[in-house]
Amino acid sequence: MTSDNNEIKKSDQINDSDDRKTVKRRTVLKALAGLPVLGLFAYKLAEKKKYDTDKKNKVLEELGLKDFDAPVLMKNGGPKGELLRVGIIGYGARASTHANALGYIHPDDVEKRKANNTLEDFLFQEDLNVALAGICDVFDLHAERGLATARSTVRAGGAKDPGVPVRRYKTYQEMLEDKNIDAVMIATPDHHHAPITAAAARAGKHVYCEKSLALGEEELNDAYNAVKESGIVFQLGHQITQSVVFKQAREIIRKDILGKITLIETTTNRNSADGAWIRHLDADGNPKPGDENTIDWLQWLGHTPYVPFSVNRFYNWQKFFAYETGLIGQLFTHEFDAVNQLLKIGIPSYVTSSGGIYYWKDDREMPDTLHCVFEYPNRDLTLMYSATLASGRSRGRVFMGRDASMELGNSINIIAESESERYKKHIEAGLIDPSGPMISFNPTSGKIDAVTSATEKYYAARGLTTTTINGRNVDITYLHIKEWIDCIRSGSAPSANMDMAFDESIACIMAHRSYLEHRRMEWDPAGKKIV
Amino acid sequence: MKEVKTFSTCQLTALIALRFLIGWHLLYEGFSKLLIPNWSSFGFLQESKWILAGFARYVMEHEGMLRVVDFLNTWGLIAIGLGLIFGLFARLASYTGAALLFLYYANNPPFIGLEYSVPSEGNYLIVSKTLIESAALIVLALIPTSNIFGLDMFVERYKKQKNRIKE
Repeated sequence: MTSDNNEIKKSDQINDSDDRKTVKRRTVLKALAGLPVLGLFAYKLAEKKKYDTDKKNKVLEELGLKDFDAPVLMKNGGPKGELLRVGIIGYGARASTHANALGYIHPDDVEKRKANNTLEDFLFQEDLNVALAGICDVFDLHAERGLATARSTVRAGGAKDPGVPVRRYKTYQEMLEDKNIDAVMIATPDHHHAPITAAAARAGKHVYCEKSLALGEEELNDAYNAVKESGIVFQLGHQITQSVVFKQAREIIRKDILGKITLIETTTNRNSADGAWIRHLDADGNPKPGDENTIDWLQWLGHTPYVPFSVNRFYNWQKFFAYETGLIGQLFTHEFDAVNQLLKIGIPSYVTSSGGIYYWKDDREMPDTLHCVFEYPNRDLTLMYSATLASGRSRGRVFMGRDASMELGNSINIIAESESERYKKHIEAGLIDPSGPMISFNPTSGKIDAVTSATEKYYAARGLTTTTINGRNVDITYLHIKEWIDCIRSGSAPSANMDMAFDESIACIMAHRSYLEHRRMEWDPAGKKIV
Repeated sequence: MKEVKTFSTCQLTALIALRFLIGWHLLYEGFSKLLIPNWSSFGFLQESKWILAGFARYVMEHEGMLRVVDFLNTWGLIAIGLGLIFGLFARLASYTGAALLFLYYANNPPFIGLEYSVPSEGNYLIVSKTLIESAALIVLALIPTSNIFGLDMFVERYKKQKNRIKE
């Protein structure tokens, strides 16, 4: 069948004798065969793009979320306001982060950050015009580290040497007496938080205090009154709410996307010795440094009952009731703050806790498994906290509403309820698929997105879309501390102010007491006390 | 010296159709990366197992490198797609396309014991569609059609003219 044959020589006339002639029209058309294919491709590409955009916009429009602001990274605006002289009380691991937020970094950390490529993120921070002017720690080694940090010349935001030499204080009282200190950051073990806060407020120093604020009602009331009477700016050390994701969550709550919220589930899932506060050994299994010659043990103990010095107690204080409320104080506080910032739930009417030491059978008093139920009958709402130190299985923070649920973590995923009346017509029209997230927000993509494709849904559901490589990493603790400093200069109230801290502390004390006393705790709003 | 290539119409149609189909796929893969805001190969590299895992980690850790990889990926796919559809430098496009696809394959091959957090859209054992597509491009490179149905016809004529002038 010769007609079926396509021979280059024959049919296309490409041979030497024909080369000089014009190529036949048929041949040219053949050569351009790709053109209609590309035309079709371009047409279909435009159609697909329009379909995706329309669908996305329609969902966002219906939900009233179309005009969401994309997160804006702050620019380095240079020094603002007068120089603020800050002292840090308690220079342990957490204080390093505080110093970083103030724009100071230890020379060792410069090298570490160079190695893991995060030094740029630090240097990019705004110059807050702060002098790290005082360090107070009962342990010489820790204090030395603080001093070295304050003296380091590597500063964030290109800050210049403020010309204020750093001073070490042997006691916090000494620091509070010093007129050359304007504000203090408290990062001691928890049993010192409330007493130092109260003393600092009375000395007229602004306070940034790590959570949790108080272990009992009496010291809480004292700190509350001292701060209120002095008019200083107080900020409790929570940072979750500073994340971009949280600002979007706030908008979602404001627009009532979830419908009536009746249950909020918060969790802690940790499965490591470090996570269970076993921190007194170094990488080689030897006890970490520190003895009674280098640690002012009596000052460390403060008002708590005397016990002989031990490295275990010094590093693992979170295990003991005298200094802490454990899972509640260390971890649930963040959860409570997150929920309270979003929903303003305030103090619960009732709290019930249960749990025990199920896994870490060492000398601890603190439960390693704990469940707390916080009831808000006036809000038709229950807040649950479930914590384990023996399973890293991720359980998210979920707000459950009648129309949708929201999982809030590093990203937001909102899943519509198939029974929702509000989204009924969208579900029927295929605009919303209740089997996957209807809205996802991932901080790195920089904007809220209605999920359109199956793969995107899958990634979003698993949180796999989260990457911080394209956007600049900004430390949320830095943002929280910056808010505090901005408020000191402007005189406004920061987000985790004393009223918020009070609600949170009461909720935590109720939960802790419920565990200790094996009974349901009740809040008496008239008498302003736990009964 | 001249090699005479003879295809039946069916053979030629099948080969050209294959060229268009793969071209279309790679072109859209390229465009979709361009259209997704802040698309990055980071997620893909994160899943990298096997021999290229070390390289993937290196790329992920270096933002500049990641940008280069992202750029080459997106525009490489678009260029290869266009090359295949237009039949322009189609042999080069086929070989680079095959190499690129093999690179994807080598980053997450469906070998026994290598497990990924993202499920594949089919069921694979050693052989995946990516590997097959890569192999198909080798076939297209070895049996070119772009000098009949494609702009390479003009390229070939131009080369011949140049050679004749030299002679």
